[in-house]
Amino acid sequence: MNENIKRFSYPYIVWISIVIVIPVLLIFLYSFIQSTGEPVVFRFTLQNYRDFLDPIFLNVLWHSFIIAAISTAICLLLGYPVAWVVSRLKPHRQSSALMLFILPMWINMLLRTYAWITILSRQGILNKILARLGMGPFHMMYTDFSVSLGMVYNFLPFMILPIYTSILKVDGHLIDAARDLGASGSHVFRKVMLPLTMPGIITGVTMVFLPAMSTFVIPQLLGGGQYIMIGNLIERQFLLTGDWHFGSAISVVLMAFILLSVWAMKRFDGGGSQAGTAGKGALPW
Amino acid sequence: MANEVLIEIKDLTREFDGDIVLKGIDLIIHKNEFVTLLGPSGCGKTTLLRIIGGFDDPTSGSVLFDGMDLLKVPAYRREINTVFQKYAIFPHLNVYDNIAFGLRMKNLPESVVEEKVRRMLKMIRLEKQAKRNIDALSGGQQQRIAIARALVNQPKVLLLDEPLGALDLKLRQEMQYELKEMQRESGITFVFVTHDQEEALTMSDTIVVLNDGLIQQIGSPVDIYNEPRNRFVANFIGESNIARGKMLKDRRVEFEGHVFDCVDRGFNEDEEVDVVIRPEDLKIVSSGEGAFKGFVDAVIFKGVHYEIIVMVEDREYVIHSTQNANVGELVGMVVAPSDIHVMELGV
Ligand SMILES: Nc1ncnc2c1ncn2[C@@H]1O[C@H](COP(=O)(O)OP(=O)(O)OP(=O)(O)O)[C@@H](O)[C@H]1O
Ligand SMILES: [Mg+2]
Repeated sequence: MNENIKRFSYPYIVWISIVIVIPVLLIFLYSFIQSTGEPVVFRFTLQNYRDFLDPIFLNVLWHSFIIAAISTAICLLLGYPVAWVVSRLKPHRQSSALMLFILPMWINMLLRTYAWITILSRQGILNKILARLGMGPFHMMYTDFSVSLGMVYNFLPFMILPIYTSILKVDGHLIDAARDLGASGSHVFRKVMLPLTMPGIITGVTMVFLPAMSTFVIPQLLGGGQYIMIGNLIERQFLLTGDWHFGSAISVVLMAFILLSVWAMKRFDGGGSQAGTAGKGALPW
Repeated sequence: MANEVLIEIKDLTREFDGDIVLKGIDLIIHKNEFVTLLGPSGCGKTTLLRIIGGFDDPTSGSVLFDGMDLLKVPAYRREINTVFQKYAIFPHLNVYDNIAFGLRMKNLPESVVEEKVRRMLKMIRLEKQAKRNIDALSGGQQQRIAIARALVNQPKVLLLDEPLGALDLKLRQEMQYELKEMQRESGITFVFVTHDQEEALTMSDTIVVLNDGLIQQIGSPVDIYNEPRNRFVANFIGESNIARGKMLKDRRVEFEGHVFDCVDRGFNEDEEVDVVIRPEDLKIVSSGEGAFKGFVDAVIFKGVHYEIIVMVEDREYVIHSTQNANVGELVGMVVAPSDIHVMELGV
């Protein structure tokens, strides 16, 4: 039985190594070498990383982190109540309610994001409505606001789904038991629901924070040409400047930064309470 | 047992999507009483308990607690704690924190919490496992934690929904004894749910027999055992022989073609009745002496007694006797007038 499963997993392992492991290794390799001269000579160097230590680039990294963190936090604050409400609906309503949030993901992400431009721009729908009410016009496009909004809009489903799943897994008798033992509504949430759905929260936060940290499409469309996040920086090195080595180095820094964030969050959960023990097995790492 | 009324349930009904689960429950529970709700699976025991605990609302009817309307009080403010049928232990807390949960909700100082929890841990003999995770414990241990977690709050009423269901026989008997002791010492009113009649008989002050959402009989274990009010109760509590008979007049009943003296009165003349005789109340005598007779069909040794099956025509009588009998033998049977229980005809 076990042997069989192993055999079936070989094609998968091969596939994974081709599409994931090898590119990542190549990026690593590229980030540590420099190509000079004609004909091209490769040699080992740390210069690509040293280049990144420039305050301009560090600022971009920091700014990207802040925007991604804020967007993730907003997704969490919106996503948890939504997941909660959906989980309390009658079973047959739940799937249609979830569909409502998943459906937009079937439309191309570029289109969806473009749609926001027509809503947010100076002559956009929102400003027209506000003008009728005697307000505005407001400058919304090409700001931190429009970029964060785009991220929340695009990534919210990734927050809702894992939290919804973890809420469904909580045995309703535990909530009865908490109330029985004198826990009011807010206590039931803080002492029982929150720790028991923590695995879902962590998965959701990870699944939103990762793409929010590295996206380049959203800042490009909603932030405009001047708006640089770390994803745009990498994109430029590869597509505009053609400095693959520096681009690879930034990618590695980004990867390390994300891994560190995820690790810190995992530590935070493990140390903050004994909550993690309940669902540790469900975590994706 | 003080006779002060604590809980008064009046004409309580509960309907789930047109399915009537409780069909008008009237019940009075006294202070310090050990009340057992006894009935087969699906008869509405858990539903009744959930309404008292505050986790479900009745369709109609009222529940008074110390004379006040209990249904208006949210579950978390009721002076009632519950041991749930499926334990409902918090999986994210260890043994100690589970038991401490209710005390901490009351904002008691941690030193008081510690003292009370330690005492509980000692009582359920899980002191060494205090810091253990819940999933590292057996079903029986979890059940004891559920009991401790509720009892540590010293509520006025403890609701227990089949708390001993998952335990093996020996531990079960130990816990029956311990629960009874706890109840006696603490003075807490226990409302205990079981479908095990033996458990109900050994532990309760009062037994409430439920079937199909209706109370069949309320009484002390002795009353219920000796004077079952109908065929259902007689069948459910202990083993019984139930024969169809006719009440000729007060203290005279006819069944199996004979007229017997009995102690029951108040039936109509010639009313059709059910006659209940407990297996230990039937005595085997020689075939000439008995009031009615039959052939021994089987003899099973049960340790303390023999279980003897006697066929009277095509009807089976079960007799518990310390005397042996031979299979195939024709025997007579006698029964004392006070051991003949006449009941209204069952459905
Ligand atoms: N939430 C609910 N929705 C619909 N029907 C329910 C609900 N809760 C209970 N019932 C029904 O009510 C009836 C009584 O259930 P209840 O749980 O009270 O039985 P019980 O006496 O506790 O049985 P058991 O001994 O098996 O625990 C059952 O037929 C059950 O299907
Ligand atoms: Mg039940």
